[in-house]
Amino acid sequence: MQDPMAFAVAVAHIAAVIALLNGILTTLGQGRVASAAVEGIARQPEAKGSITTSMIIGCAFAETSGVYGLVIAIIILFANPLLGMVG
Amino acid sequence: MDFAIQIFARLHITDNITILITDTQVSTWIVMALLLIFAIIVRISSRNWDASKRPSGLQNVMEMAVDAFEKLFRGNAGDKMAFLTPWFFSLFTFLIFSNIIGIVGIRPPTADWGMTFPLAFSSFLMFNYAGLKSRPKAYLKGIFLEPVFIFAPINLMGEIAKPIAMSFRLFGNVLGGMILLSLIYGIAPLALQFVLPAFLHMYFDLAAGLLQAFIFTMLSIAFVGLASGD
Repeated sequence: MQDPMAFAVAVAHIAAVIALLNGILTTLGQGRVASAAVEGIARQPEAKGSITTSMIIGCAFAETSGVYGLVIAIIILFANPLLGMVG
Repeated sequence: MDFAIQIFARLHITDNITILITDTQVSTWIVMALLLIFAIIVRISSRNWDASKRPSGLQNVMEMAVDAFEKLFRGNAGDKMAFLTPWFFSLFTFLIFSNIIGIVGIRPPTADWGMTFPLAFSSFLMFNYAGLKSRPKAYLKGIFLEPVFIFAPINLMGEIAKPIAMSFRLFGNVLGGMILLSLIYGIAPLALQFVLPAFLHMYFDLAAGLLQAFIFTMLSIAFVGLASGD
């Protein structure tokens, strides 16, 4: 390990990828929300409006952790506070 | 590539105080100017609107928009809080314009946490006001004494997390779309530079922008409905 800065940058990139991995479960959750909404609409087509509104709110809540991962990855890549401690 | 907020100008007020003018501020002003011009046009043309005749043109569109939003608000937040509708309608219009302004190539104002957090914080003040006004005792009891008083710190953390989560949701979505588009502009070959980003602009700026504006407004309205208790 000759260059600690290069090592830190490499670790930061790996960490960003790990932070983005939560997108897998977020997508799964959102898919479940959407499929449940489609089932509900198929059973009760007249309740389509309120089901759609609830589905969008549910998707927004399920999306939160995914967006947190994205924000953390962006901070790690472009505004890393820890890199200043190395160089 | 630099995705940080660019500084346009520095205004030196005194030796210690410097005001920074960033590019998101400039695009906020552009959005504000567009909205103001639109509002003035609607106001001037509304002098000729006649309630007794059949509506047409701009009157039709405006009546439809206001009517649909009022129905949405009353359906989700109840009739008690209906006087808050203009606030949320202007929030919605502002968010729509600021999310889709990225289509002309400037940085959207909402790709700045300094823009989305104040918006989310004002919504936070709104739904606390709604709760305290419509049912003060039950609202405070719901925070401090539900289910028992030991849970008060957890409930308080949940309340504080609401505006932070809302602001990060909007900020992360808009900033993520913006970064992806800049990367595509960077790696796309010159022949594709005019074709490929157009479709991505359609998704990331128009579709996702409108959806995020709707989600932000809808969540604020739902929280107002939850707080006011109907």
